[in-house]
Amino acid sequence: MALSRRTLLGLAAAVPVSAALAACGGSSGPGKGGAATYWYLNGQPQEGVRAGAVDAFNKAHPDTQIEDTTFQNDAYKTKIKTAIGAGQAPTVIWGWGGGTLRAYAEAGQVEDLTPWFDENPDVRKGLFPSSFGAATVDGKIYAMPCETVQPIVLYYNKRVFDQVKVEPPETWDDIMALVPKFNAKGIAPFALGGQSRWTNMMWLEFLFDRIGGPEVFQAAIEGEKNAWSHPDALKALTALQDLVKADGFVKGFSSITADSNADQALLYTGRAAMMLHGAWSYGIQQADGGDFVSSDSLGFMTFPAVEGGKGDLSNTVGNPAQYLSVSAKASAEQKKIAKDFFATGILQEEEVKQWIGNGSVPIRLGTEKLLAASDNAEFLQFTYDIASKAKVFVQSWDQALSPTAAETLLDNIVKLFQLSISPQQFASNLNAVTAA
Amino acid sequence: MSTLTAKQDVRRPQRSILPWLATPALLLFTGFAVVPLVGVFALSFTTWDGIGSIRLTGLTSWRAVLTDPGLPHALWVTFLVMAVSWAVQTPLSILLGTFLAGRQRYRAVLGVVYFVPLMLSSAAIAIAYEALLDPNFGLGAGLKIQALSQDWLGRPGLAFGVVIFVVSWQFVPFHSLIYQGGVQQIPKSLYEAAQLDGAGRVRQFFSITLPQLKYTIITSSTLMVVGSLTFFDLIFVLTEGGPGDATRVLALDMYKRGFQASLMGPASAIAVILVLVGLALALLLRRLGGRDAAASQLEGAS
Repeated sequence: MALSRRTLLGLAAAVPVSAALAACGGSSGPGKGGAATYWYLNGQPQEGVRAGAVDAFNKAHPDTQIEDTTFQNDAYKTKIKTAIGAGQAPTVIWGWGGGTLRAYAEAGQVEDLTPWFDENPDVRKGLFPSSFGAATVDGKIYAMPCETVQPIVLYYNKRVFDQVKVEPPETWDDIMALVPKFNAKGIAPFALGGQSRWTNMMWLEFLFDRIGGPEVFQAAIEGEKNAWSHPDALKALTALQDLVKADGFVKGFSSITADSNADQALLYTGRAAMMLHGAWSYGIQQADGGDFVSSDSLGFMTFPAVEGGKGDLSNTVGNPAQYLSVSAKASAEQKKIAKDFFATGILQEEEVKQWIGNGSVPIRLGTEKLLAASDNAEFLQFTYDIASKAKVFVQSWDQALSPTAAETLLDNIVKLFQLSISPQQFASNLNAVTAA
Repeated sequence: MSTLTAKQDVRRPQRSILPWLATPALLLFTGFAVVPLVGVFALSFTTWDGIGSIRLTGLTSWRAVLTDPGLPHALWVTFLVMAVSWAVQTPLSILLGTFLAGRQRYRAVLGVVYFVPLMLSSAAIAIAYEALLDPNFGLGAGLKIQALSQDWLGRPGLAFGVVIFVVSWQFVPFHSLIYQGGVQQIPKSLYEAAQLDGAGRVRQFFSITLPQLKYTIITSSTLMVVGSLTFFDLIFVLTEGGPGDATRVLALDMYKRGFQASLMGPASAIAVILVLVGLALALLLRRLGGRDAAASQLEGAS
């Protein structure tokens, strides 16, 4: 024993020395000068379009290059945060805006783009005005909206509906009435990739809006006390648990991840009748589902009304756009490349065509003709209408809230879906983190 | 003891080099273990979101962690993972190790096949199991065996069982290897003597093999128990601590707080707790193994 104690003491003495040594090391900092770096999400078909825009820009500007790196969705969320905190962020930071962008902006890690937008008014004029909300923190724009608008859509399999001889739901009561009919035929009423958590969240986003209107969640974002215990919030949480109890979701939904697209596979293979998912899912089903989309078997609608609810049927939730920020730590040269890329590389004609080609609506204004001429005209015009006519476009909750509150939210949503906590417990757990 | 010191005196000229041989390891250890540890300890008295500036806030983080009902839960899950995976792995490893210690060729072949999991990374194993366990497109659905189509990762009890199973699947080969070595070191004379006394295989196993493996068991158990504190990659990929917080062990709780919820202070506090628990366990196991673990393992053999 004496010997090991001596070793411990020796180690204790060595600590300050090595700490001092480490302090001398200094950090190497982000890539210096040269090419700008750009990280974004992988997964086709989106990845191809993103890479295409970078390639086109690099070809047009042989001396100012952008180096791109791709990451998987859930892994990226952690990776980018760590990189920014460590001062190793890429020049161009891809993100979802909202609460996370606020954290970056408040820490001075991303560049204020307001002056740049003032100097280049044409850039701003060409994009959906609604896309700038989640890019704005305290009146300043910290990100360039890009890519596509992605409202959450209720998809359904027309073949399955024909087979069971039922009509698509028009109200929440219709949904609850459909559930036993599908279950009786051995078809899951709703596909859900519950292990990914944000998939479950989309249900609450709509139920909160349809039952209590957008004010209920807005109060939570603004840090109002007991916002989650609002009677309408509790009503929405209860309605959701009723759906779970009625076996509304596919058996084993908590074991299904959205990253593997297994939830979407359930829908196009006819093992589930309906699915609430982002507009991006259309492209995935088109790519993976064989003739599912081309044979017009995929139905889509906006989330139905709840009887006696306050929300407007035109309200929607989802991602108003994706966002590109410029790292404040990048060199002047890199920043210039990034801004050139924003002005001349983002949502150019070719990229717009590609987004439309794989079934999404880019946030560039004046694409109605292109949308109407596309193979996916019906879905694209549906999305375009939702996005342009929505009275309120609520940003996805986990992006709108601060990262700390979002983590608590996602955790509690899983427990809510597992029926392991009651609506009241959910509300008090959330009140504790969102109250200012 | 006295003979030992006498020997060292004779070899004094060589001793001056020996400490230097330890310096590379010591440098690596200080650089990659001690320094970060001190950093984490310091961070646990601050508030930091991982992005902005670090603010000293005294005991706020510790108070937040210690009053959070999530901590006892995570500790309990960690303890359960440790205890259950030890209880599953140890008997299996001893039996397999004893079996593989035989010199027959087919056992050597089996041994090689059996070590395959050791060559796979935890993340790869977790992804493979995640796909196999998918209730709709996984193994159960593929083979049309209803019993395999469970909500494996969605029910707290099942998910915990799956974690234990996959952990055992991954690490039993490693511990079997340790036991194989241990068994092969037991002198043949012990068995010969026992056979002369008329002891059967079972009796030989319990009266010779197990007692002779005492120190191997302690070594392997220390590795298992302390190692299970750091289970992270496998559980993270497989269940992400879910469903809810059913498989959220301490290491995962630390990661989620730090990197997903941006609460670096409380995450550092948990890291410190993790280190303390690990040290305490290692000490406890050494105590259990008797004070002088370096004593002869071959009592009664010569």
